[in-house]
Amino acid sequence: MNRESLLTQTGWLILALLLALALTVIVALPTGAPPFETIYVLFQGSLSSWSKVGRVLAGWVPLTLCSAGLLIPFTARLWNIGVEGQVIMGAIFCTAALRPFDDGGSAWVIALALAASVAGGAFWALLAGLLRVFGRVHEIFSGLGLNFVALGVTLWLIFGPWKRPGVASMSGTEPLDISLWLPRLANMSVSWVGLALAVAALALVYILLHRTKWGLKLRAVGENPKAATLFSLGPHRRLLQAFMFCGGLAGLAGAVQVLGVYHRLLPNISSGYGYTALLVSMMASFRLSLVPFICLFFAILNVGSIQLPLQLGLDSSLSGVIQGIMVLSLFIVQGLRLWLKQRKEAD
Amino acid sequence: MDTFALTIAAILMAGAPLVLATLGETLTEKAGIVNLSLDGSILLAAMAAFACSATFDSPWLGMLAGAAVGAAIAGVLGVIGIYLGQSQLAVGFILTLLSRDLAYFLGHNFSRQPGPDLGLWTIPGMSDVPFVGLIFGARSPVVYMSLMAIVFCWWWMFRTEGGMRLRAVGESPRAAFGRGIRVRLVRLYYCLAGGALVGLAGGAYSLAVKPGWGRPQGCEGAGWIALAIVIFGGWHPVRTALGAFFFAALQVSGIHLQEIFPSIPAPVFQVAPFPMMILTLLAVNMGRMGWIQDIIRRHPFLKSLSKGWSIEAPAALGQDFNPKKGL
Repeated sequence: MNRESLLTQTGWLILALLLALALTVIVALPTGAPPFETIYVLFQGSLSSWSKVGRVLAGWVPLTLCSAGLLIPFTARLWNIGVEGQVIMGAIFCTAALRPFDDGGSAWVIALALAASVAGGAFWALLAGLLRVFGRVHEIFSGLGLNFVALGVTLWLIFGPWKRPGVASMSGTEPLDISLWLPRLANMSVSWVGLALAVAALALVYILLHRTKWGLKLRAVGENPKAATLFSLGPHRRLLQAFMFCGGLAGLAGAVQVLGVYHRLLPNISSGYGYTALLVSMMASFRLSLVPFICLFFAILNVGSIQLPLQLGLDSSLSGVIQGIMVLSLFIVQGLRLWLKQRKEAD
Repeated sequence: MDTFALTIAAILMAGAPLVLATLGETLTEKAGIVNLSLDGSILLAAMAAFACSATFDSPWLGMLAGAAVGAAIAGVLGVIGIYLGQSQLAVGFILTLLSRDLAYFLGHNFSRQPGPDLGLWTIPGMSDVPFVGLIFGARSPVVYMSLMAIVFCWWWMFRTEGGMRLRAVGESPRAAFGRGIRVRLVRLYYCLAGGALVGLAGGAYSLAVKPGWGRPQGCEGAGWIALAIVIFGGWHPVRTALGAFFFAALQVSGIHLQEIFPSIPAPVFQVAPFPMMILTLLAVNMGRMGWIQDIIRRHPFLKSLSKGWSIEAPAALGQDFNPKKGL
């Protein structure tokens, strides 16, 4: 890869953003959404007060945990589409660990729940990994299937063994005792524990991928699996480890959702962060340094879009549309660059 | 006997959109392109089909709109994946999420509104035939459409020159290019054609199988199942269609299971096809593993059985082809 000047790189990035903006306006036209007002509502709904910023950060934490984790299997060229299910499993394991403590508990109980959630996410990722390594089922299908299975388990628990006394509904299980809630940052709905976990995850993934032999070998496995077998790098074991690392971080995201945001187990506990995280890591072109910033932007969109149905009568899925179009535009611009380069070489 | 015939009819109905979607994906993958956007495409096409038929009060115009939307999404994937050399898997996945959100966003105003559906077709004289009459007497047009699509796809793939070209660009694009076939263009055509079939599947959902539009529509996840069925069916149109009917049978029996186990909450049964998907993929792929192949080799009966069952993906599936790089 030849290095290009910062100016050219920025130029292409701006082109991608302009393309994304144009495409968004085009697809939103049929609904009669006023473009500028929509953008204003989006940002006003997420940044106009400290409590809204707190909600943005509360969305940033699980998104960052999942996106940072995803870079590990992606380094080995693995598609961990099962993050969503791993978040859910983390939430389930976390809730399970807290069930004996419904009268409340200390910080140790919270630590136990966090550990349980890591184990849950890693376990669910391990299943996808085992299916891939020993069953030759492509990880896209196993991961996706396991997402739906995890959702099924949540629904079964909420309507079955863990239902609230009297009423079982989509509103979830009985709320946790207040002593088990993660401590909040000032008056905002985000916990400093969650923020610390997300920052720690970023650091951990950086060290793991760029400062250890393990990361180097994982990269080798991804680049050339056949050679990796010959040089006894143990590709199978390494692939499973990569899956489990990512699953563990995703499980942690599930625990943050349970302990810090909803304080109970809900059917929608993952809020789709697993799928959004896949978009984030693709948009970041798998570069860790970009992940936190893209996560922040996507979290702003998600929180802001909640205002759309209230103020403009639009569906809140517009945030997902914008996110998808942004990543797609980046791919289009990358493709155009490649095409131009090839044409130049052909001449 | 009558319940048996009615069960078959129910399976044909539930399987019709799955058949259309799997046949579309089979066409695309035979040409060497993986279209991962199926799930979102089906949903967006379902929305477009319903919105169009509700606006113009014409369900067939709606089906046409669904096919057009499916082809358009596949076209985006085709251009970015084939001509701009980006990862088909990545672009397909982005398109899945994008189309799903787009469907909910654009379909917001059509949510839970009344609209026309395709109704039933009767074949004259058919309903007098004892057993067959119950199955084929008066059925939704999508049932007949899916059955005709199976025959047409098989005939096109294995009995025409166009089908030969299709298989050539998927198996060995370089050789096809050497023979003067415009590989990228042929691939783009089958991407569009397959996408149109997937779009028809979306229309079949919102205008026949699960009439109406809302969030959720009820066809979420069908696209992923269809993608797995293509592997299960070994990229052969008749076998993929059988696979689709097999899954439809599981869905139909799921409704009966719910009556048998009333203590299990209803939503759990909606996710039941997905573990089945994993298990069937596992079963199909197990046959290709070393130790199982050793067992098969030792038993002549299993050997002859596995010959009929062995599946091979198109050799150039998911691979780039750039004619400028030469032969």
